[in-house]
Amino acid sequence: MENVIEIIGIEKYIYLSIILFCIGVLGILYRRNAIVMFMCIEIMLNSANMLLVAFSTFHQDAEGQVFVFFTMAVAAAEVAVGLAILVTIYRNIGSIDIDKLKNLKG
Amino acid sequence: MIEILFYILSTITLGSATLTVLSKNPIHSALWLVVSFFSLAGHYILLNSQFLGMVHIMVYSGAIMILMLFTIMLMNLNISHEVSKPFFTKLVATVAFCLVGILMLTIVMRGNQAYNIEYSSTGEDFQSVSVLGKVLLNEYVMPFEMVAVLLLLAMIGAVLISKKDKTEKEA
Repeated sequence: MENVIEIIGIEKYIYLSIILFCIGVLGILYRRNAIVMFMCIEIMLNSANMLLVAFSTFHQDAEGQVFVFFTMAVAAAEVAVGLAILVTIYRNIGSIDIDKLKNLKG
Repeated sequence: MIEILFYILSTITLGSATLTVLSKNPIHSALWLVVSFFSLAGHYILLNSQFLGMVHIMVYSGAIMILMLFTIMLMNLNISHEVSKPFFTKLVATVAFCLVGILMLTIVMRGNQAYNIEYSSTGEDFQSVSVLGKVLLNEYVMPFEMVAVLLLLAMIGAVLISKKDKTEKEA
């Protein structure tokens, strides 16, 4: 099979992943629901993953894809612990609105 | 043909990611995120890394999204009663989004384009499952084992954090 990078060009993948990352940043700033913020973190992680895979194809080297495996494992661990913390917060406060979590405010 | 496929997949990815951010109902957000993950797996398969595409579908759409949907249902959030942020905060968020995007795009476009070289593929096999497995279990065997320990610790930690306190229950 021919190399896709030859046809499409690496710079289009870079632009796509930049826009995807910015959408994630927008979601973090825009929403108050903590679960949706977790989803936006996943979007940002995925944009970085996609760029790693694109450059792995560009350099014709398997190591970029190995790093994507590790990123996926870290993302899975992060989501498991984060959702457990959210469940505990919900049990204590009755809401996961992040603007209500201001006990540390002086 | 491949270029058209790339543009279609990119449109689906960006559109569903935007809808994830803008949907009022958290369940709709999660479902749009699943669509976005599937189109990203399509990108991986387009880049000829089929194994990674399959792993992406299994881990993200299979495991992580199920976890999030179960949490949403556990908290009974399917009725959207989220108070939206004030208009000023939304405006600032949008301005920050535009600024970050413009900054990064400008850096990439005007920077020293090290990737802009004469490119040709050698046709060598570098991303089949057997090659990936050899790289993963020869050079990267130590990080691989560390990831196993990390996943175990994450599981234990999640159980410990979300466990109910016994003393609290008795009181």
